Amino acid sequence: MKIPLKYTFRNLQSRRLTTALTILGITLVVFVFAAVLMMAHGVEKTLVATGSEENILISRKASNGEISSIIDGETVNIILAMNQVARTPAGAPFATKDVATVINLPKTDYVGITNVTVRGVSPDAFALRPMVKIVEGRAFQWGAREIIIGNSIARRILNARVGGTIKIGGDQWTIVGRFDAEGCGFDSEIWGDVLQLTDALGRSNAFSTLTLKLRSPQEFDSFKEAFESDARLQQFVPKTERQFFEEQSETMALFIRVLGIFITVIFSAGAVIGAMITMYGAVANRTVEIGTLRALGFRRRSVLSAYLIESLMIALIGGIVGVVLASFLQFFSISTINFDSFAEIEFSFALSTGIIISSLMFAVVMGFVGGFLPAFRAARLNIVSALRAS
Amino acid sequence: MAGTNGTIISVNKVRKSYYRDTIEIPVLNNISINVPEGEFLALMGPSGSGKTTLLNLIAGIDRPDEGEVVVGGVNIAALSESELSKWRARHVGFVFQFYNLLPVLTAYENVELPLLLTNLSKKEKHEHVEFALKLVGLSDRMYNKPGQLSGGQEQRVAIARAVVTDPTILVADEPTGDLDKVSAAEIMELLDRLNKEYKKTIVMVTHDPRAAEKAHTVRHLEKGELT
Ligand SMILES: Nc1ncnc2c1ncn2[C@@H]1O[C@H](COP(=O)(O)OP(=O)(O)OP(=O)(O)O)[C@@H](O)[C@H]1O
Ligand SMILES: [Mg+2]
Repeated sequence: MKIPLKYTFRNLQSRRLTTALTILGITLVVFVFAAVLMMAHGVEKTLVATGSEENILISRKASNGEISSIIDGETVNIILAMNQVARTPAGAPFATKDVATVINLPKTDYVGITNVTVRGVSPDAFALRPMVKIVEGRAFQWGAREIIIGNSIARRILNARVGGTIKIGGDQWTIVGRFDAEGCGFDSEIWGDVLQLTDALGRSNAFSTLTLKLRSPQEFDSFKEAFESDARLQQFVPKTERQFFEEQSETMALFIRVLGIFITVIFSAGAVIGAMITMYGAVANRTVEIGTLRALGFRRRSVLSAYLIESLMIALIGGIVGVVLASFLQFFSISTINFDSFAEIEFSFALSTGIIISSLMFAVVMGFVGGFLPAFRAARLNIVSALRAS
Repeated sequence: MAGTNGTIISVNKVRKSYYRDTIEIPVLNNISINVPEGEFLALMGPSGSGKTTLLNLIAGIDRPDEGEVVVGGVNIAALSESELSKWRARHVGFVFQFYNLLPVLTAYENVELPLLLTNLSKKEKHEHVEFALKLVGLSDRMYNKPGQLSGGQEQRVAIARAVVTDPTILVADEPTGDLDKVSAAEIMELLDRLNKEYKKTIVMVTHDPRAAEKAHTVRHLEKGELT
């Protein structure tokens, strides 16, 4: 690479408008690309944060979400009797039997309804999930048709406020409190007493999942082994709560990524063609310069790299601007129906080093694809003909 | 660098045709010419007679169809594309009718360009550039870009660029073709000085009889043949 970089830089500067427009094309595509990845990552992050590494969640094997998982009271008792399960000082197993269901509620932001997860929990739930904290009103009373709502529910659902009521399973439930769950998936849920909820839903002594703590997290392997060798538990599977919720984000994140990347790759054709036109123009305008450089003794490959670098530089600047713009999306949160739980979940766009690198690499690939043919043409120019172009 | 009898450039029985579509346009017909070291040769002739073509063959940016071109003992037609590039960088200084400076680079940077292909140290490069610019009398304009210089000044920068690597030969294609009389005279003074003081071998194509006057030898090219 003998041709100095300042030659490339100054050429970019000298045709500001063309350069700026080409950069803009790349910027837009990279922005969308990064936004999509940030969205998928946001869903993942929200759901990963929902589960704790130290809690074990048991669900039915074939189920792909809490809603479709059913675990009967008898099985629950078998599991809770296992050695490795942590005990409270009173000797009771440290666990929550959850019932999760989805109900339709009207939204605040437009005319329409959405799916909301209603979770019935046992008294240990708050100790197992310490990120859930009451920030307004009070906790529901055990044995009462009372509920508390997550922050995101309060924002998104019409008339969801402390003191109001929501109809679940034919009954009116009083909202007695609002909780904050540090932005995780529970923020998009409504919580109440599991026994009240199973009663209202007519599913007595059948739950969705069982979440428990082990005496020590190191005992997960032995717990799992004992679990799997118990003939009565063959239809159920224990996972860490984190893994369970992470899996809840997989379909959604994959869907966003595949669709988003598909769309941006189509968009990128436009930006690539833009870069290509710009670079072909640069080569055409500078044919005599290229002939001169070659006459002076610069090799074909020096010319090739100089023009390729020019295109890569355009792309990289576009990529950086695109990523910087996309990074502002972190201040926004959006909600969408999660395909795994069928419930709407609120999440923020989340940036990661991986996303920054992928986006910049995507930009560089666009610059390479757009710049290669023009650079190749520049390198292949016949010196005599190039010099005669004046 | 000199060949036998101090011959630096030896063109032997060279033929060159161009093709427009499939029609052959013969340009050089069995041309032979020897240029002794330290010569200042002017090539004249009507437009289209093949002057530039011959110059390009000598400068190693084009190849003959037949015959050989030997410069400084090297049969340049036998070199590969990249060997030829390397050879040009070492042995040929180019002066063009329209100067062919890179508009985005300053005078200094333009003159420095051929040195980027050498192994000189930073300091040596700097000294060479300063020397070359001083030689053409433009030390005070080294930070100007070509657009801020007059035609005559641009051509002087181009000459500085051509001599900065101390090449074996200097080729100039109508170096005064785009200049007014005064500037043209200055450029010819400069080439004359390079030839006399620095013993540069110069091959110059020109239409300008006054320019040709400065040369030792004038050869005419007509219908592809030297007279
Ligand atoms: N790359 C090329 N392709 C096709 N024809 C060419 C090419 N280069 C030169 N020619 C033809 O070869 C002939 C000689 O061209 P050349 O440039 O050597 O002439 P010249 O003597 O330098 O003319 P001028 O005084 O106008 O510069 C012309 O007829 C020209 O059209
Ligand atoms: Mg000519």
